[in-house]
Amino acid sequence: MHPAFSVIFLTTLIGAGQGLFLALVTAEAFSHMGALASQEHRFYGNGSLLSLGLLIAGLIASFFHLGHPERAWRSAAMWRTSWLSREVIALPAFMAVVFIYGLLHYLEWNPKVFGSAALPETNLTLMVGIVGIVLCFTLFICTGMIYACLKFLQEWHTPLTPVNYTLLGMSSGFTLATAFATQYSLALTGLFGTWAIILTFAALLTRTASLLRNQRIKYHSTLRTAIGVRHNNIQQKSQGSMGGSFNTREYFHGMSTVFFKSVKWIFLLLVFPLPLLLLGMGLSNGASGLLVLAFAVQYAGLIAERWFFFAQANHPQNLYYQTI
Amino acid sequence: MTQLALVIDLNVCVGCHACVTSCKQWNTSGAAGPLMDDNPYGKDPTGTFFNRVQTYEVGEFPDTETVHLPKSCLHCEEPPCVPVCPTGASYKRAEDGIVLVDYDKCIGCKYCAWACPYGAREIDEKQKVMKKCTLCVDRIYDQSLPEADRKPACVLACPTSARLFGDVHDPESEVSRAIGENGGYPLMPEWGTQPANHYLPRRKTRIKFHEDELTRVDNPLKKDGRLPRTDPDAPFLEDSVSW
Repeated sequence: MHPAFSVIFLTTLIGAGQGLFLALVTAEAFSHMGALASQEHRFYGNGSLLSLGLLIAGLIASFFHLGHPERAWRSAAMWRTSWLSREVIALPAFMAVVFIYGLLHYLEWNPKVFGSAALPETNLTLMVGIVGIVLCFTLFICTGMIYACLKFLQEWHTPLTPVNYTLLGMSSGFTLATAFATQYSLALTGLFGTWAIILTFAALLTRTASLLRNQRIKYHSTLRTAIGVRHNNIQQKSQGSMGGSFNTREYFHGMSTVFFKSVKWIFLLLVFPLPLLLLGMGLSNGASGLLVLAFAVQYAGLIAERWFFFAQANHPQNLYYQTI
Repeated sequence: MTQLALVIDLNVCVGCHACVTSCKQWNTSGAAGPLMDDNPYGKDPTGTFFNRVQTYEVGEFPDTETVHLPKSCLHCEEPPCVPVCPTGASYKRAEDGIVLVDYDKCIGCKYCAWACPYGAREIDEKQKVMKKCTLCVDRIYDQSLPEADRKPACVLACPTSARLFGDVHDPESEVSRAIGENGGYPLMPEWGTQPANHYLPRRKTRIKFHEDELTRVDNPLKKDGRLPRTDPDAPFLEDSVSW
């Protein structure tokens, strides 16, 4: 497939925003349970603002993918059948909750929602945060399933696709949270940094698993089934037009094999070992610059990862466009 | 229930592209506006087509055969492009099974094109909406046309009558008979899309000669030459028999 930068930026930016929000709620839950010193409201407010900024940037990027952005509101209609429609609903819903979560913290309005001798005490912001977590994972699943539900794009049609979207988003979000928390508290940095490392390792495992899976894919469609002629030696001689068409542009990445293969190694380096190294170094000597660099490197790597994700998918229609 | 579809006889198709040009002509002149043509006489011409003819060579020289494959939207009975559409712009008509795009609802996200294994959908890069074969829906029901002309433009244009049009759910229809009697098959059956359009395979017309057809059984003595002359004075049968 032809990787569209609008979609690459959409998925990577909202992934990082979602991961950052998860980190914030994790911190609040930890401090609520007493595992972490309670933080000032401004930390959660600013964190939510950063997360919301990433989500808005992703949303803006997505509009560049549309031929008619002014009709985008229509795309919430088919949520019963379309994962894209579900994402279109989940993203603003999640953004609204992030906004409310941040606003409550800025207003420092945090009444006790319930709590008694039997039930643990729960405050409003934590409740909103938990709703946000549910929507956050819903959004991860919707984003991943947009690709995983297309069964003849065999590289994508695997449960590993939504798993990778979730883990890579969380990994980059927690790395960002680590860098972000250096301004507030060392304990927070340690907590986020540890989770960032764990999540990056988890994402390394599942992304490698999907790369290995895709290496040994056996395509169901061949030229034989595509034109219905049972012969071992079929060659296309003409695709019906001398110039290019939508079919020759949309479904091919258009880059050399060398470029394609090098992107794989670039993202494998930038998303996993380098951020892990920078995180380890940053956490051990508390240098915020290294942690910011860790996020920057990982984010750049994720752009390459997403490019590769799209470019690797081999659409069966390409069988009809083998030669001019 | 009706399912309109095309049946294309690959044994007859000569790859002349008449269906492509007539399709383009009809559909670029319709109420939905022109089909995009960019740089048509320049260096890199490109444009939106509903129908394309692709050519394949099967076998190894000298035992080769050329197969021309005209391919447009197959109007699948289980169209994978329809449920993925977020706006509902892509839909399959219940009354005749035609898969259509509502150009006023389409947001141009291209997701349906990704979801079509056949590459039948092409975006109009000027109007920024997804377009595809409509089976000439604006023509086949047009009461102002003579009844014989209420067929898709490609079907009417085909000089070899390789394209048949009709209801594949009606067992008595010309298309159903063609599919049933001539081994009609769908493209990429492995995805369960159940394309309504079918293709009739290449067929060889051979004459089988039997050994006894090559030898003259009316000449059992295997003697070649002129038949013996009869005596001109000998009586004919008429001379001795009174009718």
